[in-house]
Amino acid sequence: MKRLLPRILLTPAVLSLFLWMIVPLVMTIYFSVIRYNLMQPEVTGFAGLENFEYFLTDPSFTVAVVNTLLLLGSVIVITVLMGVGIALLIDEPFPGRGAVRLLLISPFFVMPTVNALLWKHMMMNPIYGVLAQAWKFFGAAPLDWLTDFPLGSVIIMVAWQWLPFATLIFMTALQSMNREQLEAARMDGATYQQQLRYLYIPHLGRSVAVVVMIEMIFLLSVFAEIFTTTSGGPGDASTNVAFLIFKEALLNFDAGVASAGALFAVVLANIAAVFLIRMVGKNLDT
Amino acid sequence: MKLKSRVAIAASLAVALCGLSASATELVIATVNNGHMIEMEKLSKNFEQANPDIKLKWVTLEEGVLRQRVTTDIATKGGQFDVMTIGMYETPIWGKKGWLKELKADANYDADDILPAMKDGLSVGGKMYAAPFYGESSMLMYRKDLTDKAGIKFEGRPTWDQVRDAAAKINDPKNGVYGICLRGKPGWGDNMALLSTMANSFGAQWFDMKWKPQLESKPWKDAVTFYVDLLTKYGPPGSSANSFNEILALYNEGKCGMWIDATIAASFITDPKQSKVADKVAFAQAPYAVTQKGANWLWAWALAIPAGTKNADAAQKFINWATSKDYINLVAKTEGWAHVPTGTRKSTYANPEFQKAAVFASAEKAAIDSANPNDSTLPKSPYVGVQFAAIPEFQAIGIAVGQQMSAALAGKTTIDAALKASQTAAEREMTKGGYYK
Amino acid sequence: MAQRSKYPPLLIVRTLAAWAITLLLFFPLGWLILTAFKTELQAIAVPPLLFFTPTLENFAVVQERSDYLLYAQNSFITSVASTVLGLMLAFPAAYAMAFFKGKHTKDILMWMLSTKMMPAVGALVPVYVMAQFAGLLDTRTALVIVFTLSNLPIMVWMLYSYLKEIPHEILEASRMDGATLWQEFRMVLLPLTLGGLASTGLLCLVLSWNEAFWSLNLSAAKAGTLASLIASYSSPEGLFWSKLSAASFMAIAPIVVFGWFCQKQLVQGLTFGAVK
Repeated sequence: MKRLLPRILLTPAVLSLFLWMIVPLVMTIYFSVIRYNLMQPEVTGFAGLENFEYFLTDPSFTVAVVNTLLLLGSVIVITVLMGVGIALLIDEPFPGRGAVRLLLISPFFVMPTVNALLWKHMMMNPIYGVLAQAWKFFGAAPLDWLTDFPLGSVIIMVAWQWLPFATLIFMTALQSMNREQLEAARMDGATYQQQLRYLYIPHLGRSVAVVVMIEMIFLLSVFAEIFTTTSGGPGDASTNVAFLIFKEALLNFDAGVASAGALFAVVLANIAAVFLIRMVGKNLDT
Repeated sequence: MKLKSRVAIAASLAVALCGLSASATELVIATVNNGHMIEMEKLSKNFEQANPDIKLKWVTLEEGVLRQRVTTDIATKGGQFDVMTIGMYETPIWGKKGWLKELKADANYDADDILPAMKDGLSVGGKMYAAPFYGESSMLMYRKDLTDKAGIKFEGRPTWDQVRDAAAKINDPKNGVYGICLRGKPGWGDNMALLSTMANSFGAQWFDMKWKPQLESKPWKDAVTFYVDLLTKYGPPGSSANSFNEILALYNEGKCGMWIDATIAASFITDPKQSKVADKVAFAQAPYAVTQKGANWLWAWALAIPAGTKNADAAQKFINWATSKDYINLVAKTEGWAHVPTGTRKSTYANPEFQKAAVFASAEKAAIDSANPNDSTLPKSPYVGVQFAAIPEFQAIGIAVGQQMSAALAGKTTIDAALKASQTAAEREMTKGGYYK
Repeated sequence: MAQRSKYPPLLIVRTLAAWAITLLLFFPLGWLILTAFKTELQAIAVPPLLFFTPTLENFAVVQERSDYLLYAQNSFITSVASTVLGLMLAFPAAYAMAFFKGKHTKDILMWMLSTKMMPAVGALVPVYVMAQFAGLLDTRTALVIVFTLSNLPIMVWMLYSYLKEIPHEILEASRMDGATLWQEFRMVLLPLTLGGLASTGLLCLVLSWNEAFWSLNLSAAKAGTLASLIASYSSPEGLFWSKLSAASFMAIAPIVVFGWFCQKQLVQGLTFGAVK
């Protein structure tokens, strides 16, 4: 009975996910080894590794992989560090805390396309953007964000959107801390640094792991922000793997190459996951 | 609980209506979110009243998303749409593949009234596969107050050298005015639309008769060097990410001395409700260097019927209505002549009220008439299209080249390196597309 | 609360710091909302206008032009249905993995996450063809299925992490008192994990609400969500900025209001967190 119950509980989720995963996966693997271009349905036949070769020999391939990992790493670091910091800051009550919590979470509700347009037009435009005005106010020349720091600009946009998620998770995690333990430690005269090191940080370990893993999944396939603002440019400075797939395959409606690219993205994601698991994974089960 | 009761009322209304219109044909129309199409959506009630057995359902999307959506649907025979809004790029390709139904005009449609350039761009083998709803070319829009002050005059079609000299004279960044604003955002319909026409006018072509890309040829190099030089010296910062809307915002704020872009821009920059310089604008034809062929582009948004639809007759009726003279008159009556969809019919331009309301009318018509998608390059080309090549591979090639050009403009790479990378990308695509068997 | 009376200046510093950071982070969104009330000309003004006479014309345009109610309704139905369905599938799975740790638990968790590794752009054609085959194109059902399965791994992960906070002893105690599984769930688990359930549900609601890729590709005239509404306002040829801001505001408003109510639940559930 003890072994059966967990299996029954797990089955619905596992089964439905399995079906959801396996059918597109099989189709994708199939498409990746045949010639399948939506615009040329008359062209069929086995393509072997041609599609993979085409995708991997794209001149922007290496840059795309590097950009993807840079984007991933930067946003994770920014959101985790700032998220923990903000969560700690608002952990104890203060006037207006409820309003602050709502305001902090709200950027997560904005659709990625709108987010991108907001930053591109309103904030980052070197002539009529708000940031340009702010820079001028302090006497500096406005930065041309999207031209000179394309990947950096995308990182800022994406981090801004995901910070609320991280903050929310850390906020709720902190709230579930053992208050009595904290009080006792303070009574014993522990400094804030000691409280951080021995109480807060270990408690947050698991939620950091969850945030890192979940963000990894989403950040690997950032697309809307890049498409709307820089179109992967200038050159391929802000092209990531998802945009590369779009550029090389979807624009051509070449389902064969798109599938090959998608499979490669899965491989890349697995590699990133293994790496990240090594760093935060032991926090997953205590 | 307001939502609940609203839903309940809506639901019962829907059931009642369903009973009433049980035999109504439902047309699903996919369209782009261009001002004119939105206008058409608003006026579609007129069509529904005149044809009570047809109900119209609209799906309005941004251009890139629309193109992907309708292409996926038509290629997988999804059958989701009865009327599709497509452009001059898709029509020749899809028409040749037999994916579109040939259009049949009714008695008072007056197909000869349609501008010849538009008809040619939307036909294959003499048969029309899409009816133009809105058409545009490109032209030079300049600030007459600034050029008068500098003693410059533009007549007819200036040369690129004249344009550069003018930009140099009116460029005044300290007072927030940049000599010239041009597109720079990567995209086959973005910066490459402009660069293609520029290259054409310098005597270049995308592909020679054997379909080999020509991106490292001298005319391309001259054109791109001129473009980068012009914008770097006299253009606004951030140009390499600027598309139509960004420049429109700059122009309307009075920050651009000159702008070469779609003729529809004219209707926005001369509208006092959204432009600070509405009464200071004048027009000339898009500049050229070596040849006037292909110096200005040609584009139309047109309505087409996918071959797999089950409501072909109703769709045809709708298309006839939407692209007819009567529709244009209807818009004129409800919104005024300044807001009618332009670039499609000779009769629009001949109408004195339209000429009065739209100060850009004659320049626009001259631009459209001078564009010929079948003959837009100095050396003979195997492809159709002025600012694009109507082949399926072009989108991917266009964006790859566009990215390189944007990098060159941003100073991240040299022009030679950018052109070399563009040539490589183009060759890769064409080889995969099987053009060199 | 001893800290509060001991260091009042610290409280002031913390309050100021919290508010400063919050306002800075909220600023872009606040600017968006402000822009919804400007005319197009005001929206592109240089320098950007902070004070101006507001207008409601953009909201009128959005309301008149598109079927806001239909899109909002579809968004609401698909988001809520997928969140509820997802929670029903995820909670048992998370429970099983948190309290009956087997040697494959971590593998299953990783595998679940790996189902999300395929970028949507790559899976478009297979899923589109599948939906067509099943006759589910342009239906809310298709969207609910896609949203649920897309968010399921996230929900399992998050619920797992919240459930792991609960010490086994509590469950052991209730079982020794003779509680059935259902009673255990209702009386013990639910109150303790309310905060976790609420935040998981809220996040997945937002993810479905904002989901644009599948919403746009799998729907046409009937099942479009608010993502389609936004797509019809983005980047047309012509100034669109204040209209898009108004449309975004109307797209965000329902879920922010909902989130605000949910927030109360969050706080309620969380302050219970202590082990008693």
